[in-house]
Amino acid sequence: MEFGIVELSRLQFATTAMFHFLFVPLTIGLSIIVAVMETVYVMTNRPIWRQMTKFWGALFGINFAIGVATGITMEFQFGMNWSYYSQYVGDIFGAPLAIEGLMAFFLEATFVGLFFFGWDKLSKIQHLAVAWLVAIGSNFSALWILIANGWMQDPVGAEFNPMTMRMEMTDFWAVLFNEVAQAKFVHTVSAGYVTASVFVLGVSAWYLLHGRHIELARRSIAVAAAFGLASAFSVVLLGDESGYNATHSQKMKLAAIEGMWHTEAAPAAITAFGFPDQEARETHYAIHIPFVMGLIGTRSLTTEIPGISELVEQAEVRIRSGIIAYDALLTLRAERDATPQAVKDTFEQHSADLGFALLLRKYIDDPRQATEAQIKLAANDTVPTVWPLFWAFRIMAGLGIAFIGTMMYFFYRASFKRMQFPRPALHLAVWMIPTPWIAAEMGWFVAEYGRQPWTVDGVLPTAMSVSALSMTEVGLTLAGFVIFYSVLFVIEMGLMLKYIRKGPFLEVAETEAWMQRHEARLVGRRTADPIAVAGE
Amino acid sequence: MILNELLSYETLRLVWWVLVGVLLIGFALTDGFDMGVGALLPFVAKTDNERRIAINTVGPVWEGNQVWFILGGGAIFAAWPPLYAVSFSGFYLAMWVVLAALIVRPVAFKYRSKRDDPRWRATWDWALFAGGAVPATIFGVAVGNVLQGVPFHFTDDLHAIYEGVWYMKFLSLLNPFALACGILSLSMLVMHGAAWLTLKAEGPVQIRARSIGSIAALVAVAGYIGLGLWLAYGFDGYQIDGDFVTDGPSNPLHFAVTKGGSWMDAYALRPWIAIAPIMGVAGGLLAYLGLRAGREVSTLLASKMAIFGMIASVGLTMFPFILPSSTDPRSSLTVWNASSSHLTLFIMLVVTAIFLPIILLYTAWVYKVLWGKVTDTHISDNSDGLY
Repeated sequence: MEFGIVELSRLQFATTAMFHFLFVPLTIGLSIIVAVMETVYVMTNRPIWRQMTKFWGALFGINFAIGVATGITMEFQFGMNWSYYSQYVGDIFGAPLAIEGLMAFFLEATFVGLFFFGWDKLSKIQHLAVAWLVAIGSNFSALWILIANGWMQDPVGAEFNPMTMRMEMTDFWAVLFNEVAQAKFVHTVSAGYVTASVFVLGVSAWYLLHGRHIELARRSIAVAAAFGLASAFSVVLLGDESGYNATHSQKMKLAAIEGMWHTEAAPAAITAFGFPDQEARETHYAIHIPFVMGLIGTRSLTTEIPGISELVEQAEVRIRSGIIAYDALLTLRAERDATPQAVKDTFEQHSADLGFALLLRKYIDDPRQATEAQIKLAANDTVPTVWPLFWAFRIMAGLGIAFIGTMMYFFYRASFKRMQFPRPALHLAVWMIPTPWIAAEMGWFVAEYGRQPWTVDGVLPTAMSVSALSMTEVGLTLAGFVIFYSVLFVIEMGLMLKYIRKGPFLEVAETEAWMQRHEARLVGRRTADPIAVAGE
Repeated sequence: MILNELLSYETLRLVWWVLVGVLLIGFALTDGFDMGVGALLPFVAKTDNERRIAINTVGPVWEGNQVWFILGGGAIFAAWPPLYAVSFSGFYLAMWVVLAALIVRPVAFKYRSKRDDPRWRATWDWALFAGGAVPATIFGVAVGNVLQGVPFHFTDDLHAIYEGVWYMKFLSLLNPFALACGILSLSMLVMHGAAWLTLKAEGPVQIRARSIGSIAALVAVAGYIGLGLWLAYGFDGYQIDGDFVTDGPSNPLHFAVTKGGSWMDAYALRPWIAIAPIMGVAGGLLAYLGLRAGREVSTLLASKMAIFGMIASVGLTMFPFILPSSTDPRSSLTVWNASSSHLTLFIMLVVTAIFLPIILLYTAWVYKVLWGKVTDTHISDNSDGLY
């Protein structure tokens, strides 16, 4: 493959997005866990729960800082590196990003400061409300980002406008309630909950192994195991829902994940293991499990799932139809309102395939002049490289099952075995800490790499989406990001480990003393004369 | 959708021009003082406790303030996709520098006081300085270039092409007029940061902030007047030729635009817009007086008035242009031909009308809770929990 500006821009996006997503899932999940702990504190008034809230809150804060910082990059990057994409679909894609700022990010960012600095200035209930607002903000943030991303996977509620040469929104509710987006949202936040649960579980297990902060660790495990168990089920179920959606909206992605080279008689078998061979269009040493694929993908025994070869044939038909649309578009663009009705009608009929004609742009400036060979090449381009998808998906799914098992075990021990955990299990929990991140990164890889060669499925090819930049510019900024992010990563890991080793700031007794002072302060504020309060 | 017909496309475009202005001014008014405090940090605070006082005056609020900027970017993407596409890719390396500063800043806030090592802290203090001063300057440089027109054109399928080899794209941004605008915006935000420190700090930090801030206020006022004259006599404006519709499709290539006349013609056409530069100058002078006299709340209000007037005057002077093209004026972006679709503008307006007031309410509540000075003893008593 030729390595040009498109590949370099993709590499930059992948690098910065995957780095950003090292921090996002923990923010999403830990914000809820911390809010739950604080809720218990407010309800029971027991100092240990405040100690837990403050300790896990501090780790949340370290993680949150880099999550925010690297998130800004994501918002800038569409305009910087993907300007034609921004111009072409900004009418739809920009809206959820802006709404995310209005509805979610403002909430979380405004209250996160108060969460850390407001303990002395707020009553218990007020502070609890702040904690929940931060958690709600983080989770809503994910909702709008996934609505935007869901639209890239399944571009509903929009159509091409020849007068403005771009996609325009026709139905906001369709974009909002896009099934793909909704399933992805629940899948993604659940993955965040699992990540945070495994993190809390692992760190607490480490404390137990070292005989430190026993009370804090045991209670934390109880919270993490219960929350993690529910989330692990949710993440797997909603992952399955995403697969079911892909049967309708992204057939090629599904076929590539499964290494399904040819349509099989329904219900199709699933390939549990094998080595996909793109050239030969077959999977070597494949181990099949009969019926499973058909059941997961179509939830029926009779519906066929199309294979890669058949989908390529369909793509070829759509490319030819797209060329007709493209031809009509040029007349529309030149003549504007004076365009003959017949041409308008032709465009109307074929405009849904316009994106397929744009796939030819990689080979020739004017798709109408494309040769047969070029059409075949473009049709073949609709197949993403199979083996990375095939494997990434299996690693993710395997880890998903492992999370259910782990969480069930710890939930059982915490609930019915008086919180006694055997040492090997605790060691396992520590070693499991990195695994949810691996699963999450694999999941995004499957979602985005599997969407290739499109930025917006069936609408805009990735090759056309980039900005008119030089390799030097993109190379420089990529190098800058890599250096910069590496330094940040080392610093953040260093601080995280330092704070974990250090444990909670205040001992339980000190926390109790603070609670009494705080109580007195609040009572004082209500009853004492204002001058005395001012001196406090 | 029938609902969106309630407001005409023309009205919505105008409303969004105002709203994006509101968001960008909101950013300058709130995150502006955070950046000003960052830029002032090495000069107003010498000891570690002084530094922590300065940092903690903005500590609990900078994160929320920064969202004004992120929301401004998001609103430009949603309301004017072509502007977002052209400016972010055209100012590529400059954008990256802003980004780098904005990435360093949050991390510096969070991590600075997490270790006692003086070198660790000094490094992060300089990061906070850069995170404030660099974006504050670059935003002014960007505005200075937009006023002159930027070298780009659209192809027939609306690919935005920015002229020049890569290093010239960056270096040509650094022309004298634009650099002077950069100094103006930096001094404006330093004035604002000083006004904030006057309100929130006391002792040596406050005294130094007042003396540096009063100089910055004078530089801002003098710079603003000087740059106004330079713009009036040194540069051409832009105008739309012939008939044009204000509710047509958003295709920048549909208008005929030429370079010529003066931006200041706007003041002959709509004399009422002179209120903006008057507010800018008067606010700056009042802030100067307030800083000298040690007034707290009124100085901050005066500084806000100055920033509001100065930024608003740029938008009002250029109207209806938002990004003129110097090399292919026909490609220039205006309020009337570079917006999102009627439906998108309408939906975004509904969402904004609901959430912006809520945001203002809870932001006001947070500021109320945090009201009061950050003192030396406050830092010593809460050493572990503060920045």
